[in-house]
Amino acid sequence: MDNLYLILSISVIAVITAALRFIPFAVFSANRKTPNIILYLGKYLPYSIMAMLVVYCLKSVNLLASPFGIPELIGVIIVVVLHLFKRNTLISIAGGTICYMVLVQLIF
Amino acid sequence: MNKQFLKTVFLKTLPVMTGYIALGIGFGILFNSHGYGLLWSVLMAALVYAGSMQYVAINLISGGASLITIALTTLLVNARHLFYGISMIGKYKNAGKKKPYLIFALTDETYSLLCGDDYPEDIDKGKYQFAVSLANHLYWITGCALGSVIGSAIPFNTAGIDFCMTALFVTIFVEQWLSTKRHLPAIIGLVSAVICLLIFGVDAFLIPTMILISASLIIFKRFIKEADNG
Repeated sequence: MDNLYLILSISVIAVITAALRFIPFAVFSANRKTPNIILYLGKYLPYSIMAMLVVYCLKSVNLLASPFGIPELIGVIIVVVLHLFKRNTLISIAGGTICYMVLVQLIF
Repeated sequence: MNKQFLKTVFLKTLPVMTGYIALGIGFGILFNSHGYGLLWSVLMAALVYAGSMQYVAINLISGGASLITIALTTLLVNARHLFYGISMIGKYKNAGKKKPYLIFALTDETYSLLCGDDYPEDIDKGKYQFAVSLANHLYWITGCALGSVIGSAIPFNTAGIDFCMTALFVTIFVEQWLSTKRHLPAIIGLVSAVICLLIFGVDAFLIPTMILISASLIIFKRFIKEADNG
């Protein structure tokens, strides 16, 4: 059951991801003009979606009970500060994650 | 395929290699910590091949989400790929037999390497696009496999490792923020997500958020475009 669920889940994700990648090539040919509104959304949607994904990651943080989201807040601040100074994705992710792990395992 | 060609491809893909291997390792360790081993990591890396979605998928699968929820979330998280495709239609026009694979392997990072006009001179474009896409795919599979092996070979307290997904998105968010003067789309995303989270709750807010974001972007189109020109 668990394996079947896993196989089905992975298939669903794989098929939809591939479909999203193929659809534009099937719908818009090189000779036909893409509608402006699609081009507009295509340009700006990624910025909004990334903000949404950050919220998605933090959705289960409870601000009303101990530890009040403090480890997450510190973790995010570390990632942002590291990234502003180093501009290196790996350093930012590794630094923030290690600090967060230390916080939740040893302090909070 | 000569040495010079391979060297060009390797150097071009080097930044993606380090990123993919590190993120892949993170994914492998995380997936393993939820009880899904090497085979599943490799399968996911080879067939799905979408970094952020794979991270989101761990949450969904380990939480036993319904297939409908998984399908809709995939649709939303990966909807941006529609737009990569749109801007690559011209570039992949003459790729022939390699075209289906090029389209399948069009990730954020591959797109970022191939969308520009900075192709090496005197190179077979189709062959180059294929080699870059395949190299990135292999880095990703290698990273995910490595992570799974590391996760099971070295038992350590993985509490909090999920944060690497948050860190990934925060990093991309900051990177996007620095790359543009138009911050309204990012702010719209943030505000829409928080509003919908408060109204619809943790299990059902992604879809309303996407709708609110699209509507807001269209409503504020004039302001966003103006900022773009300024």
